[in-house]
Amino acid sequence: MIAKPTIPAPLDRPGSQIGKPVSRVDGRLKVTGGAKYAAEFNTPGLAHGYIVSSAIARGRILAIDTAKALALPGVLQVFTHENRPSLPWFDRKWKDDDAPKGSPFRPLYDATIHHALQPIALVVAESFELARYAARLIHVTYEADEHQTDLRAAKADAFTPGKDKGGFQPPPKPRGDADRALAEAEVSVDLNFSQAVEHHNPMEMHASTVIYHTDGSLTVHDKTQGPINTQTYVCNVFDLSKDSVRVISPFVGGAFGSGLRPQHQLFMAVLAATALKRSVRVELTRPQMFSFGHRPETLQRVALGAKRDGTLTAVIHEAVQETSQTENYVEVVVNWSGQQYKCDNVRLDYKLARMDTHTPLDQRAPGAAIGVPALEIAMDELAAKLGMDPLELRLKNYTEVDPNTGKPFSSKELRACFQQGAERFGWHKRSHAPRSMREGRQLVGWGMATGVWDAMQGQAVASAKLGIDGTLTVGSATADIGPGTYTAMTQIAADILGLPIEKVSFQLGDTNLPMAPLQGGSWTVSSVGSAVKAVCDRLRDKLAGLAAGLNDGPLKGLKADDLTFADGFLIAKSDPSWRLSITEVMRANDLLVLEDEARSVPYYKSQMKHALGTHSAIFAEVRVDEDLGTVQVTRVVSAVAAGRIINPKTARSQILGAVVWGIGMALEEESMIDQRLGRFMNHDFGEYHIPVNADVHDIDVIFVEEHDDIVNPLGAKGVGEIGIVGVPAAIANAIHHATGKRLCDLPITLDKILEA
Amino acid sequence: MRAFSYDRPDSVDAALRGVAGQPGTTTEAAVKFVAGGTNLLDLMKADVMRPERLVDISRLGLDRIEDTDDGGLRLGALARNADTAYDARVQARYPMLSKAILAGASAQLRNMATNGGNLLQRTRCYYFYDTGTPCNKREPGTGCGALTGVNRIHAILGASDSCIAVHPSDMCVALAALDAVVRVSGPKGERTIPFADFHRLPGDTPHIDSSLAADELITAIDLPVQGFADHSTYLKVRDRASYAFALVSVAAALKMDGQTIRTARLALGGVAHKPWRDPAAEAELTGKPASLETFREAARVLLRDAKGQSHNAFKIGLAERAIVRALAEAAGVEHS
Ligand SMILES: Cc1cc2nc3c(=O)[nH]c(=O)nc-3n(C[C@H](O)[C@H](O)[C@H](O)COP(=O)(O)OP(=O)(O)OC[C@H]3O[C@@H](n4cnc5c(N)ncnc54)[C@H](O)[C@@H]3O)c2cc1C
Ligand code: SF4
Repeated sequence: MIAKPTIPAPLDRPGSQIGKPVSRVDGRLKVTGGAKYAAEFNTPGLAHGYIVSSAIARGRILAIDTAKALALPGVLQVFTHENRPSLPWFDRKWKDDDAPKGSPFRPLYDATIHHALQPIALVVAESFELARYAARLIHVTYEADEHQTDLRAAKADAFTPGKDKGGFQPPPKPRGDADRALAEAEVSVDLNFSQAVEHHNPMEMHASTVIYHTDGSLTVHDKTQGPINTQTYVCNVFDLSKDSVRVISPFVGGAFGSGLRPQHQLFMAVLAATALKRSVRVELTRPQMFSFGHRPETLQRVALGAKRDGTLTAVIHEAVQETSQTENYVEVVVNWSGQQYKCDNVRLDYKLARMDTHTPLDQRAPGAAIGVPALEIAMDELAAKLGMDPLELRLKNYTEVDPNTGKPFSSKELRACFQQGAERFGWHKRSHAPRSMREGRQLVGWGMATGVWDAMQGQAVASAKLGIDGTLTVGSATADIGPGTYTAMTQIAADILGLPIEKVSFQLGDTNLPMAPLQGGSWTVSSVGSAVKAVCDRLRDKLAGLAAGLNDGPLKGLKADDLTFADGFLIAKSDPSWRLSITEVMRANDLLVLEDEARSVPYYKSQMKHALGTHSAIFAEVRVDEDLGTVQVTRVVSAVAAGRIINPKTARSQILGAVVWGIGMALEEESMIDQRLGRFMNHDFGEYHIPVNADVHDIDVIFVEEHDDIVNPLGAKGVGEIGIVGVPAAIANAIHHATGKRLCDLPITLDKILEA
Repeated sequence: MRAFSYDRPDSVDAALRGVAGQPGTTTEAAVKFVAGGTNLLDLMKADVMRPERLVDISRLGLDRIEDTDDGGLRLGALARNADTAYDARVQARYPMLSKAILAGASAQLRNMATNGGNLLQRTRCYYFYDTGTPCNKREPGTGCGALTGVNRIHAILGASDSCIAVHPSDMCVALAALDAVVRVSGPKGERTIPFADFHRLPGDTPHIDSSLAADELITAIDLPVQGFADHSTYLKVRDRASYAFALVSVAAALKMDGQTIRTARLALGGVAHKPWRDPAAEAELTGKPASLETFREAARVLLRDAKGQSHNAFKIGLAERAIVRALAEAAGVEHS
């Protein structure tokens, strides 16, 4: 059973659509199959591609024998580096909006093999089955070079990256002298952590359907978190003009970051469609989902020093992460440790090590999902050493300003998260000694942790069209990878113009719509939502002006602020009996439609003066089988402070899903690499374990009330990532409480518990 | 996928004609039976198995579960795993078998999977499934990828240098403990294969999984009258609570006389190329008082030759604990 969420009362006036648990406006389409995903667009004469993957991890292709494949009736072509059309030489042509510093991977570019499972050929045939069969008849001869896929070995040559990717901040300079403070600390802990590679594995596999039109233009249905990113990439790589490439991706079956960069199936499908002058689809198989970006393997050290009363005197956090040979993939892993707690002596260090793998890729709460749990497990160990309540230790070192920058938080209701979460969980009943709670052969443990994520905003544009019948269509070229963007945007628009939800529709996933940034980093509500608000505010002002200008009308001379917009009416606040419907206002002004477009730009000035973030407190209960080492997460309470919650129903789903993923990260998820082959081996859902229903028990979500005028005009921070961040730590800490064993290598599989 | 032809005969004789004259064992056969298809079709899509012809045996009328004259139960080869597990007679007389089946796969898969197919499902070794890697079982002579690679889920008993794969079935572990008998029809008529002889160890021919000949059809599985309903259990240890293969599983069945063990059956899954039974371990239990001491000793005997690989040595200790746990549960001994 999963308990109901706690929802603060809507922050707005009564009747507001914002803050209501509106069901997904696209829910019906999704459950009836009406929602079309990238691989579901069909057209007569569609050809199908199948990708051939490299068997070696590094080296060169000496020869590709495609004769047998080509001899099969129905096979149209096999594309390889030998027969590909000419492609751009400059790296900048291959860059996308999420590309880090370096040379992006170029499929079929030359004979070089950079990583195992690299796509090396595309078979195009009249059917998928035929293409797949033909792919197996292709014989490849390689010359293998030695590869490096072992991070512990590669670490020897680790280097410090620069500001190598958008959104990345290198760690701040050291404060005080952390190493000395650690050596002199009354109590200290020093732990090493490792985090396995995880692959994104959304339910929908990556796919692109490219519709080829007779004039040579393309309609591209791609699995993407940013249609404009896809369009730019296709235009740059294939030297096409923007007006000849339209991307339409109305639905995405999950992505978690895997759609932030154009993946190789897009390249392949466009290559084949333009070369063959035919519509082509390329869809990856589940094993091929392990052939590109992933959450990077990470090694960390966290050392903490404290006084006997729990005051932190030293924080050291070092991390080494894998990247590829060609790009510097970076994410913020260690900076959080300088931000979470008050401490005068802090040293943070972040390095990269090159390996022969595909460039890693942002995955839900990139960096934070790895770094914050390390800090939070170390805090738990410190609390255990101090004999202190872990929650008490966190409150003792609580900070109202961001120590990394000295800036105050725009809002930070983490205390309320602690308080409400602890109360709901019953934390005060915890007996703090490890192994002090048991039921038969099951050791029971309670652990807690803190989560943190950024609250970001980007620029975005939205358009709106209001019809005389009071129907409103709003649009922006964002994506909806599952969080409920359609619904949230509909609510915001309906709220501002006082329209019933049914009268409003939101369009996305189309490059013909106005510009929106990539959907990632939990900033869509903040960025696109602000643009939707801006354009609807403009329509509202226009309507008010039109009504005020009606000399014999009841609203003559009134300003927008004097009016309420409700149920399709403009209503005087002073006397609600003075009102006009939208239809009346427009008709009286001879207008059939009212259209506008608006760009929202972050409040850079006030944002610069503040630290912006979402926070959470997670409490977890585990039952560990003393004999067998199996772990059940029987209860989780996640209390989240994320500003205004636009839709508590979809927001709760985000947190639920993230907690489930956190359980997976803590206990199950691991892409296992064969070091000799440099290849991920457990590449299917039978052997790559993510939590199943039987692993998921009570999850209780609390949204604490948090007011924020700085973060964006909506006061909403976004909840896409915060839900996962502290969960692995809360579970690892609960396991420690249950067993007395401190486990720092994720996932904590039963063998690690038995052998600790 | 590779083109293949497809038949759907409606009698056992017709089905046998479809495979007649094929040499060797069923694993290597070019013409294969297809039952639920939950394993074979996956392997064909992955290009691991490449049959030229499929003979669909779903219409042979072999899907019944019937009492036998000697008081046992006959499970039709085509009876679904789900129907078998939920059959009232199975639940009452062979609860360990029911529990084992329900510990496997998912509800959807069990609805499709058949009893005959379950016996012949193939290993879940990662390398076996990945045609880009070496595997003696898939392509004899290419080497064993798992031996030097990722072998967390592999064998600790009865393995060879050629192959360290395990048989993945749960159902078969219970069938082994029950001394089930596999009924087979072939060109020379019917024969029976004791369960212990059905699967084999890899030796230097790991590409062969079982002793079933290429021209034979499993028609049923016979359960003897003794079902150990009072004192038996199936314990499965895995990486998540459902939908994962066993790291170690134990079928434990006892006949008790007060606190004394009269007869003991102990079979392990997830540890070897076949469900693992060891007469010495069972003898160790026989005539002894049901106690944790006794169970530990039996576990030690059973695991005396266990050998871990680079990632799976933990299975030895885990197996010992699981055996003790399962025997304690079967015997009703307090475990604390
Ligand atoms: C994701 C996944 C998870 C799973 N998890 C588990 C698990 O946890 N535990 C577990 O035990 N199993 C598990 N299974 C395996 C499942 O139990 C088997 O796939 C199933 O039992 C096979 O039965 P089938 O009828 O579908 O066989 P098929 O796929 O039709 O056939 C399998 C083989 O048996 C042969 N065959 C079938 N019937 C006969 C017959 N009567 N005579 C001769 N040969 C025959 C076929 O030729 C073929 O070679 C899982 C499977 C999947 C896909
Ligand atoms: S263990 Fe057996 S199945 Fe696995 S790679 Fe080795 S030979 Fe193949």
